[in-house]
Amino acid sequence: MILKEQLKTEITADGAPRETFVINLGPQHPATHGVLRVKMTMDGEYIVRAEPVCGYIHRMQEKMGENRTYAQFLPNTSRIDYLSAMTYTHAFVGAVERALKLQVPPRAEYIRVITSEMNRISSHLVWWGAFLLDLGGFTPLLYAFDDREKILDLLEAITGSRLTYSYFRIGGLYNDIDDAFIKGTRAFVAQMRPRLKMYRSLVTDNIILRKRIIEIGPISKEMCRKYGATGPVIRGSGVPYDVRKVEPYSAYPEFDFVVPTFEEGDSMARYLVRMEEMAQSLRIIEQGLDKLPAGPVMAEKVPRVVKLPAGDYCYAVEAARGRFAVRIVSDNKEIPYRVKLRTPSLSNLSLFEEASAGMLLPDALALMGSLDLVIPDIDR
Amino acid sequence: MDYWINGLMTPNVPEPKFDVAQPTTPPAAAASAAPVPPKPTVAAAPPSPAPVQPVLAPAPVIPNPLPHVPLPFKGVDYAAKGYHADATVAPDQVVFAAEQLDKEGLSLDTITGVDWMAEGQMEVVYDYFHPAKALRVVVRTRIPRDNPEIASIHKVFPGANWHERETHDFFGIRFLGHPNLTPFLLPEDADYHPLRKDFAQ
Amino acid sequence: MIQSIWHFILSLWPEPLRLVLFVAGIMAFVGGNAAYLVWVERKGAARFQRRPGPTEVGWAGLLQPIADAAKLLSKQLIVPAGADSTLFRMAPLLMMSPVLMSLAVIPWGQSLAARNINVGLLMIFAFGSVNVMAVMLGGWSSRNKYAIISAARVVSQNVAYEIPMLLVVITMIMVTGTMNLNEIVVQQAGGFWHWNFFRVWVNPLMPVTFLIFYICMLAETNRAPFDMAEAESELVAGVYTEYAGMGFGVFFMAEYANILLGCALATVLFLGGWQSPIGVFSGVFWFLVKMYLLIFSVVWIRWTFPRTQFYGLLNLSWKILIPASLFTLILTSAMMKLFR
Repeated sequence: MILKEQLKTEITADGAPRETFVINLGPQHPATHGVLRVKMTMDGEYIVRAEPVCGYIHRMQEKMGENRTYAQFLPNTSRIDYLSAMTYTHAFVGAVERALKLQVPPRAEYIRVITSEMNRISSHLVWWGAFLLDLGGFTPLLYAFDDREKILDLLEAITGSRLTYSYFRIGGLYNDIDDAFIKGTRAFVAQMRPRLKMYRSLVTDNIILRKRIIEIGPISKEMCRKYGATGPVIRGSGVPYDVRKVEPYSAYPEFDFVVPTFEEGDSMARYLVRMEEMAQSLRIIEQGLDKLPAGPVMAEKVPRVVKLPAGDYCYAVEAARGRFAVRIVSDNKEIPYRVKLRTPSLSNLSLFEEASAGMLLPDALALMGSLDLVIPDIDR
Repeated sequence: MDYWINGLMTPNVPEPKFDVAQPTTPPAAAASAAPVPPKPTVAAAPPSPAPVQPVLAPAPVIPNPLPHVPLPFKGVDYAAKGYHADATVAPDQVVFAAEQLDKEGLSLDTITGVDWMAEGQMEVVYDYFHPAKALRVVVRTRIPRDNPEIASIHKVFPGANWHERETHDFFGIRFLGHPNLTPFLLPEDADYHPLRKDFAQ
Repeated sequence: MIQSIWHFILSLWPEPLRLVLFVAGIMAFVGGNAAYLVWVERKGAARFQRRPGPTEVGWAGLLQPIADAAKLLSKQLIVPAGADSTLFRMAPLLMMSPVLMSLAVIPWGQSLAARNINVGLLMIFAFGSVNVMAVMLGGWSSRNKYAIISAARVVSQNVAYEIPMLLVVITMIMVTGTMNLNEIVVQQAGGFWHWNFFRVWVNPLMPVTFLIFYICMLAETNRAPFDMAEAESELVAGVYTEYAGMGFGVFFMAEYANILLGCALATVLFLGGWQSPIGVFSGVFWFLVKMYLLIFSVVWIRWTFPRTQFYGLLNLSWKILIPASLFTLILTSAMMKLFR
């Protein structure tokens, strides 16, 4: 029973007393949120205030950036957001290449794009399964992981890792792709499209799911802008901001793809953005494989000892969760002076407190699931 | 079902229009809008048949992309640095800068610090990005290292709340006016600031 | 043939011993079913999710429930400090016993009911409400915020869904004219077109009535998609958070026993009980086939749909099912009055 002492009586704005109690969501969850603790002040079933408490998986990546050379820090970048590891490494090597004015060979750029998009699909699949698990549908998680296994097998063959790839190197890639990979990826794209259609008819069109997430957790454009939210969060609120289109990097300008944007701003809009993004990623992968240029995969004159000229350099990519940007401050030494990692989940979660005030608990959980958080991304 | 041509799953996904043009059109640094990967900006040698040393034209001066904003912005070569404009302001101007950029429609990217121990100063760096066009803007300020205090901009950008808490965690910079400057990523009772250059552990 | 052996055995034993035999049989049946329904659920869930499911313990994992039971039995029964220890220990038992008692009146076959009570149907629903009280006691005495929130949800959900269920049952009582479950089954003799499900000349909306009963049965037993009470991703394990070892085991068994009871009742009321679909060779075999098909469909639904929203669940009951069941009740009585 809730003891009398635990109930706090507050006077609300209209003068009526209200009894609230504090409940903790996590940091251990049966759901796959990660180690996030949300301190919720509840009034019955309604949330008065939901305050996320972070820091349970804080590994001080930025300090590690100051103690390692550029090449040594590269594996760290994969571990910041392990589900979307390729894109994070891309940002870091991109910043170093930008500073050194290295010209990455076009084949390497294309392969970077292809593998980043495959990583994006696998990250969205995990999000999809976990989101439905939160809502009580246990089966789609297994279907998603089945598809993801195929991506992971393909990427393992060329990079050696299943999850935290350190595939990109300063100046290109360390390993070229072979015919088996190209064939396997084409086969994967061919079988993934009907699977996405099945997911749509099985899950997206399911009335119970639709009732759970349509009009739940509305986030306005202004709120996104004020909090710096990016990725599917801002695209589900009607703003077509995608780093791949607005600040194009790597080989993306040569690809033809649509950035899905939905106006409603509710959880369903963010859901549909990610499902459509998977379809668009398949398109990018196909184009990449069709247009793949021949050539080397590593730049010619990569210095042995990587020393960036003094100053600060930034590089931004579109990770699966939003805009990931790296800012390296260098003082002309082998190790960076400061590495700042701007992660999307931190900005996305910071609006949760304001967005979830007054919501019912299950609705707030649907909102949090639709934000697609990876807690190591927040805590670094 | 012609939406399938675009690879979309539903027929009514609108194709958004992008405004990727630079706010001004600088001559050589249209790298962000051009459909080629950014190349390092080296001016072409003048086409002279005489065997003289090619004279490198002086590096083009990038114009300020936000001339109407009353802040000391300098245009920056995006291809070399990754941002479009850079301003160094006094510490008591950061809130004004935030308000001006908010009026321009920019969004807060991140707030961070850099510990310049040799100079006895800490630099607070505010990054902003525009959600509709290629415009990434940096506002910097320097505060004394032994008493690092600066105003908080959370009233202008509520997202600054967590960034400032994190910067306080890592550097010990006190943000005046911040509602809840408790440790964000470090344990609740932490009183050390790991990213300072004299932090020993 | 089996019936004659059975009658012979019955003639040897006096009544009290017959009763004891039955009750022991029911407890064994419920126990074995509760255990093996776990196996059905896990294998079914696995196959729906494209994976094999339990395969290690025994052939095709058939000994898995034994292993689970052994694990639960070997755990310490922890009673949280500050919890009301009597109520805490009593809640699982309170949840299990009404089911066992209700199963005593279900006619498993011809003359295979433990007690052929004239108000059998009424007794089942009387005992059904003890279920709600047991969950409330378990949640409240756990001294845990998650448990109390979950218990509050369960109570409101169960109360909401009892109403359309009872309205549907009243309709069936009107249609069949009796509350004696064996009589109801006997009335459905003949081919499957005599089953109450197809009795549309008395109640044209009979399939709708069956559907309402089925949905209410899912909601009463707190099965997905109506399992807000134990919504794992939100409230840890809901009411059962503080229960360890066999305390949780008994709750778990009681949930499956409730499903068993609900499906048995649906079979008796709508699908002809032990009557065979072709009119001959009736018996307990048909009862079990129908009941297990219904149980399989319950498992199937659990692993297919996400969870409904809590107010959606209550809206479904108050705004849709109650008017629908009231309508079928009035329609049935009108039809019976006009055409009898």
